[in-house]
Amino acid sequence: MALDRITLTTFRNHAETWLEGASRFNLLIGENGAGKTNVLEALSLFAPGRGLRRAALPDMAGTQGSGAFAVSALLAFPDNSDPVRLGTAMDPARAGRRIVQVNAAQASAVTLAEWLAISWLTPAMDRLFMESAGERRRYMDRLAVALWPSHVRHASRYQAALRERNRLLTLDAEPEDRWLDAVEAQLAEAGANLVQGRARLVDRLRERLEALPDQPFARPALSHVPGGPLHAEALAEALARNRGRDRAAGRTLIGPHRDELDVSMAGKAIPAALCSTGEQKAMLIAITLAHAELAAGDRPSLLLLDEVAAHLDPLRRAALFDRLRERGAQVWLTGTELAPFADITGEAAVWRVKSGAIERI
Amino acid sequence: MSSQEIDTLSSALARLPGLGPRSARRAVLWLVKRRETALVQLLEALDSVREKLVECPSCGNVDTQTPCSICADPRRESRQLCVVEDVADLWALDRARLFAGRYHVLGGHLSALEGIRPEDLSIASLIDRVAAGGIDEVVLAMNATLEGQTTAHYIAERLEGYPIRITQLAHGLPVGGELDYLDEGTLAQALRARRPVG
Ligand SMILES: [Zn+2]
Repeated sequence: MALDRITLTTFRNHAETWLEGASRFNLLIGENGAGKTNVLEALSLFAPGRGLRRAALPDMAGTQGSGAFAVSALLAFPDNSDPVRLGTAMDPARAGRRIVQVNAAQASAVTLAEWLAISWLTPAMDRLFMESAGERRRYMDRLAVALWPSHVRHASRYQAALRERNRLLTLDAEPEDRWLDAVEAQLAEAGANLVQGRARLVDRLRERLEALPDQPFARPALSHVPGGPLHAEALAEALARNRGRDRAAGRTLIGPHRDELDVSMAGKAIPAALCSTGEQKAMLIAITLAHAELAAGDRPSLLLLDEVAAHLDPLRRAALFDRLRERGAQVWLTGTELAPFADITGEAAVWRVKSGAIERI
Repeated sequence: MSSQEIDTLSSALARLPGLGPRSARRAVLWLVKRRETALVQLLEALDSVREKLVECPSCGNVDTQTPCSICADPRRESRQLCVVEDVADLWALDRARLFAGRYHVLGGHLSALEGIRPEDLSIASLIDRVAAGGIDEVVLAMNATLEGQTTAHYIAERLEGYPIRITQLAHGLPVGGELDYLDEGTLAQALRARRPVG
């Protein structure tokens, strides 16, 4: 189901890796540095973008090879219609250029998203609730872009307009009000789109999360706290009103760049940052799953969960596996040991990964 | 390796928009091989541009006559004025005769970060043209970029109070899009569906 007959050719530490007989649950077991996450990264390249490490393509090419890499897989459909062969590679002649093929025909990376949806969670996200608010804003934007691609334009337009306004406010010669009016109009329009996108995202996630029980899997309660008015007109007015204050501060003090994503543990109402590592991980997983469902729509979907079992106690692990079973997505999990996956090994395809080589158990 | 002359020419060409050092060297070599043909033609063309081309004092267009052939054309609708950022935008709009009126070239767009202020653009002369009367409609045909739209908004405010209709190209233009890169069909559509500002 979903992806199978997967090949990795000179991809990071995998010289030539072949995975066949993939199942609903797929476990990659091995020491740190064995190359488990590399397999997930290779699979993440079947989505548009730079993959789960957001790495540059030349970094993904194996050291022993020609400087190029290739990844391919067969995508099967639940209705048993003809499977599709997906491939992606780096062109060694034009370093940094990604080639994508669908059934051996050249395609653009963007078209991959027409075939399947891929979501992932890696340990790099573990500190999300402890980090600065800016990290959580970026997180919201990334999730929103996966649902509404135009969100990325609003975000970059807003940033550019914000830089313009901040520059205007710090000019030695005070600029005429009309110039500020003009910049603020652009700022307010992009800002309203940006903040509304985030609000819509958090609403949709909350709808899904609220349907879940509080226990045993910690359930996150999300709220989006806007850093300014939600509507363009009101935001423009507020910006105009605040010129004096902002000029004194040397920067813009209201607007979506001051948004916050508040996360707390539902039921106990404890801020996520104060929860245990396991609870934080459980909440991150819950958000990832909720978002993956929203993003997948009716496409086949893939969930790549890197090192998620380690932080969870047995009860939560069991709850996670139950939840994954309810869903249609193909799941790829990594771990250093097989034991934490005891609940699902019976129904899983298990591979042992060692120094970039893979063996089916 | 190469002579001083070639280096000087390469470095001058490299600064042309869209060229860069690599293409410049290639162009120089190509010209050197055709010293008696293409190079001569290029020299003559450059010389004639230097001799004859002038900026129109009225609209900012570049032409061999002053006022430019557009400003001087009596068949042009003098009651409509289309404001653009650059001459390239004027040419894009005029290539397919999309607009029947006259133009006004600003010479850029407002940008606090690039240090381009209202007084660095031909805005005062635009106000003068409008204040002189005889104009019913000003079409703001700025690029859909942040700077273009900021400039359009600013000019609309400056033109407030004059008895004219101020319109703007219809969006549907790709965000970040520059007029110069749009095909004629898209441009025609943006112009046809122009809407009042404010
Ligand atoms: Zn003229």
